[in-house]
Amino acid sequence: MVGGILDYLWLVPALPLLGVVLNGAIALFSERPLLLAEAGHEEAGHGHGDARGGDEAPAPYRKLVALIGPGVVGAAFAVSLLCVLQLAARAPQDRLFVQVLFPWIQAGGFTGSAALQLDPLSAVMILVVTGVGFLIHVYSVGYMSHEKAFARYFVYLNLFTFAMLTLVLGSNYLVMFVGWEGVGLCSYLLIGYWYEKQSASDAGKKAFIVNRIGDFGFILGVFLLFWTFGSVDYTEVFARIPALSGNGTLTTEIATAITLLLFVGAVGKSAQIPLYVWLPDAMEGPTPVSALIHAATMVTAGVYMVARSSALYMLAPVSMGAVAAVGAVTAIFSATIGITQNDIKRVLAYSTVSQLGYMFLACGVGAFTAGIFHLMTHAFFKALLFLASGSVIHALSGQQDMRKMGSLKKHLPITFPTMFIATLAIAGIPGLSGFFSKDEILWKSFSSEHGHLALWAIGTLAAGVTAFYMFRLVFMTFYGESRMEPAVEKHVHESPWSMTVPLMLLAVFSVIGGWVGVPEVLGGHNYFEEWMAPVFGHGAAHEAAHHPAALELALMAGSVLVALCGIALAYYLYRVRTKKPEEIAEKVPGLYDVVLNKYYVDEIYDIVIVRKVVNGSIWLWNAFDAAFIDGIVNGIAAVVRGAGDGVRRLQTGVVGNYAFSLLLGAVLVVGYILLR
Amino acid sequence: MSPIPIDAAALLTGLRCILPEILVVATAIFVLFVDLMIPEENKRILCGISLIGVVISLFSVFLLGPARISGFSGAVVHDGLGAFFEIVILAACALTLLMATGYSEWEGTHKGEFYSLLLLSTSGMMFMAKGTDLMTVFLGLETLSIPIYVLVGFHRHRMSSIEGALKYFLLGAFASGFFLYGVALMYAATGTTKIPALAAMLLDARLAANPVFLAGVGLLLVGLAFKVSLVPFHMWTPDAYEGAPTVVTAFMSAAVKAAAFAALIRVLLLTFGGLQPVMWKVLWALSVLTMTVGNLSALLQDNVKRMLAYSSIAHAGYVLVGLVSGDFLGGQAALFYLLVYAFMNIGAFGVVILIAQKEDEGYDIRNLAGIGFKYPALGAFLTLFLVSLGGIPPTAGFVGKFYLFSAAVKNGYIWLAVLGVLNSAASIYYYLRLVVYMYMVPAEGEMPVPRPSRLAFSAALFASGAAVLLLGIFPGSALDLAARSVLSLLM
Repeated sequence: MVGGILDYLWLVPALPLLGVVLNGAIALFSERPLLLAEAGHEEAGHGHGDARGGDEAPAPYRKLVALIGPGVVGAAFAVSLLCVLQLAARAPQDRLFVQVLFPWIQAGGFTGSAALQLDPLSAVMILVVTGVGFLIHVYSVGYMSHEKAFARYFVYLNLFTFAMLTLVLGSNYLVMFVGWEGVGLCSYLLIGYWYEKQSASDAGKKAFIVNRIGDFGFILGVFLLFWTFGSVDYTEVFARIPALSGNGTLTTEIATAITLLLFVGAVGKSAQIPLYVWLPDAMEGPTPVSALIHAATMVTAGVYMVARSSALYMLAPVSMGAVAAVGAVTAIFSATIGITQNDIKRVLAYSTVSQLGYMFLACGVGAFTAGIFHLMTHAFFKALLFLASGSVIHALSGQQDMRKMGSLKKHLPITFPTMFIATLAIAGIPGLSGFFSKDEILWKSFSSEHGHLALWAIGTLAAGVTAFYMFRLVFMTFYGESRMEPAVEKHVHESPWSMTVPLMLLAVFSVIGGWVGVPEVLGGHNYFEEWMAPVFGHGAAHEAAHHPAALELALMAGSVLVALCGIALAYYLYRVRTKKPEEIAEKVPGLYDVVLNKYYVDEIYDIVIVRKVVNGSIWLWNAFDAAFIDGIVNGIAAVVRGAGDGVRRLQTGVVGNYAFSLLLGAVLVVGYILLR
Repeated sequence: MSPIPIDAAALLTGLRCILPEILVVATAIFVLFVDLMIPEENKRILCGISLIGVVISLFSVFLLGPARISGFSGAVVHDGLGAFFEIVILAACALTLLMATGYSEWEGTHKGEFYSLLLLSTSGMMFMAKGTDLMTVFLGLETLSIPIYVLVGFHRHRMSSIEGALKYFLLGAFASGFFLYGVALMYAATGTTKIPALAAMLLDARLAANPVFLAGVGLLLVGLAFKVSLVPFHMWTPDAYEGAPTVVTAFMSAAVKAAAFAALIRVLLLTFGGLQPVMWKVLWALSVLTMTVGNLSALLQDNVKRMLAYSSIAHAGYVLVGLVSGDFLGGQAALFYLLVYAFMNIGAFGVVILIAQKEDEGYDIRNLAGIGFKYPALGAFLTLFLVSLGGIPPTAGFVGKFYLFSAAVKNGYIWLAVLGVLNSAASIYYYLRLVVYMYMVPAEGEMPVPRPSRLAFSAALFASGAAVLLLGIFPGSALDLAARSVLSLLM
């Protein structure tokens, strides 16, 4: 079949991979000798942090890296755009293109191919990943210019882009899993980029371990799916649903099990309750990484996966309810934590968790289109918020504590307005992108047949809280009196062009990004829903007819009002009565401390789970390798601990104990077989 | 009394059937002779000769092809299954020899007997994989074991080496006793030790209820379980693996395991109909126990060699997942996994040999700190092997585990697959812990300088790495080969 430009779809992931190879070669042959030479005559344990100062003349290879790193992603964006345009030129029902690269796993009737699939859903995803990704790559050139391991950083970043594109472009769950693990690994590497910092490598490990729990659910879900459908291809699985439901193979219980297991994976990857704890710690990584991986792309993979599996979720009301409930609760829960945080990036991290909750809320009420719509607009304004906060941190020589900021408005003439626009967008001010997508979610959570008044109420309340903590951030950072340290204040400067241009472009998209999905009730046309219809169907569209337009408008006005209240409260507390927040904190010390300490969730996990597992495995190890067998043979008193030198262990009868274990095992095996 | 006439044609067929084994044994003897004639400084020639012998033997396996040749009145057979395991074992042996070129120089194992013992042990494994008579399997088992005991204790001035060898030997003798006693009981019940004949007799349901026969089956299983180190028959493994010269550890972990599994697979798959109902719960329990204890123990190790020892225990548990159902799919998955495992485990041990400059002392995990950036090739190779051991795509380890667990799911052993996936998720923690040390922990004080790799050593690492990636991305032909090999049993 002739696909025109679509035949070059493989270039989309291949280009970033090329970047990995080229930058990898540079990192290996140009950068490493330099780093090693420096490590030779420099003190170990040298302080690293966000955007350190330093003004050595850049080595020539850096220019090449700065060209290749963003260049390949930009090229991938261009190819993506052409492919999507080609796809859009087709009739809506034909907008599905599968490119098989090579057969991967084959057994019996089962084939898992390494294949790419472009349809409206993956089209949106690749545009977001390559588009926002490109801007963040450009920004990184400026932001990371003082870093020594410059090429290595771009190797990871390009590798991440490759893995993320594999995840969203794969045509089956196995390829998705390859990307899924790949983005996890890159995220892990990038969080721990400043590995000399203990907190950074700890955060990397935490992210990895928490994600394992999610991945465990995901792969089990895929096994169960494979077992039920005999295939892992999206098109085949979804095509077989009617037949298999008809003959009773695919019961509601099985659909529920599959979707819940997949959702466990989504909860881990997209940082939802109870597995969200890794994301705030992941802020230890460089800020552009937080923007790309922990805001715009990777963390939305869970939402993408749930949306991709929408046909399965629609069969399982219980799973839908779980998705909606987890999303709504996460949205409000992490928004409240955001109120009390003083680290600018942590506020944004909790905000991300909260916004991801909105996306799951949308999926859970069957409004998959709205979920992906919010995913897209969120990618714009949250990437902007992170990059702008990075610009602030850059200006303040690495300071992240908002209590030591203030009055930055006049110093940062580009960062401030762009960040302000993003704040308006996330707060849901009408006309900006965030308003349309969030409002769509809130409306669907009320009007959809899977929706509920409570879900709407929680979502609206969370919108108010969001507006509050975001304006708190803006007021603390840009307004009021300067609380900066004098040494820092002297050096405050706006960031270079490579950083501010991406900010401005993202600001533009934060404004207009939502205009593709203006609801009918406002006299607009929801092009986004129309575009997505071949994937999700017009499911929710006809239900809107049951509700009067006036109700929709009233709810919309209500949510805007709540957001305005949040802003007003923030203005009152942080501009008018600036002593008030402390007074409130003193009046309800217990509650404030609980929220400030993030509801002590990390501590609870540590006591309830982490220590138990560690102790459990020590116990088990002892039980098998020392205590259990010894205990029987020699009595507990003769347990050999500390395992001294070999001869002593031999003489104390360890070999005898080993033999006893063998004998015991044999007795059990033979005994079972005989007495069965 | 007239002499028993020699059936020359049958003898020739028999010799043809065991041609690869003959070549390996001949090389072993040749090495011993050459050893007597060459001066001390030229001992590395021995390694080259051994390698050539192994390669020729591997070539002869391909030459014989997949056709079934039965020899010596049905005592051995050259069939798909045997050929598959011969490839695995010979490949493992070749990789070991490539690594031994460097290792022997560093650790002083350039001795004629080192190589001939390695080759003799290899021949025993091959016989074990090809034995269709339980007596042949037993002879193979002993031929593989005795040289291995010696090899484990080859560093005779090191306490840990001797300790490991002695423990392995004492317990191994014990386990061989179980095996032989099991064969004896089975013979008592049936009058035969030939596996196909036993399988045929099992069609009669009364045999599957005969306690003497069943006790024999149980003891046979115990004997083999010891060799593949299933829990609770694993106790010797950490000590022996830690004490043995590391090249031998790498060899044992891949090849001995493959050989013992070959015998187990032959017995289990052929007797599937009769014994599966009796056996599956035992195998299920052994599999879960082995995976869990292996992984949990590995979690706590700070000695890399010991950690890999526990990890190899866990991997035996994964392979067993494929055998619980005793069917074709699971068998195919187990075969493929054993092939993959040979490459990734030998590769991992290989990198560890280079990083740890010295036996006994160099295996502390802290020695890995900072290695990743300073020695990127070593770091990349070790990361690749560990990622594969952890079962993360796109490596071969992922494809292998995917097949094992999906075979279990397909046969309805959902919980077994769940526990397997859970275990492999937990295992990633300790594999990645090494990666964390390599890339994210700064070195304290002087960073150890890895041994300079030799060309042959690098070739071994490169071959293993390429295999891990190729089998992960294009597993098709290897999976087909595994499928044909299992099918050849049923013909």
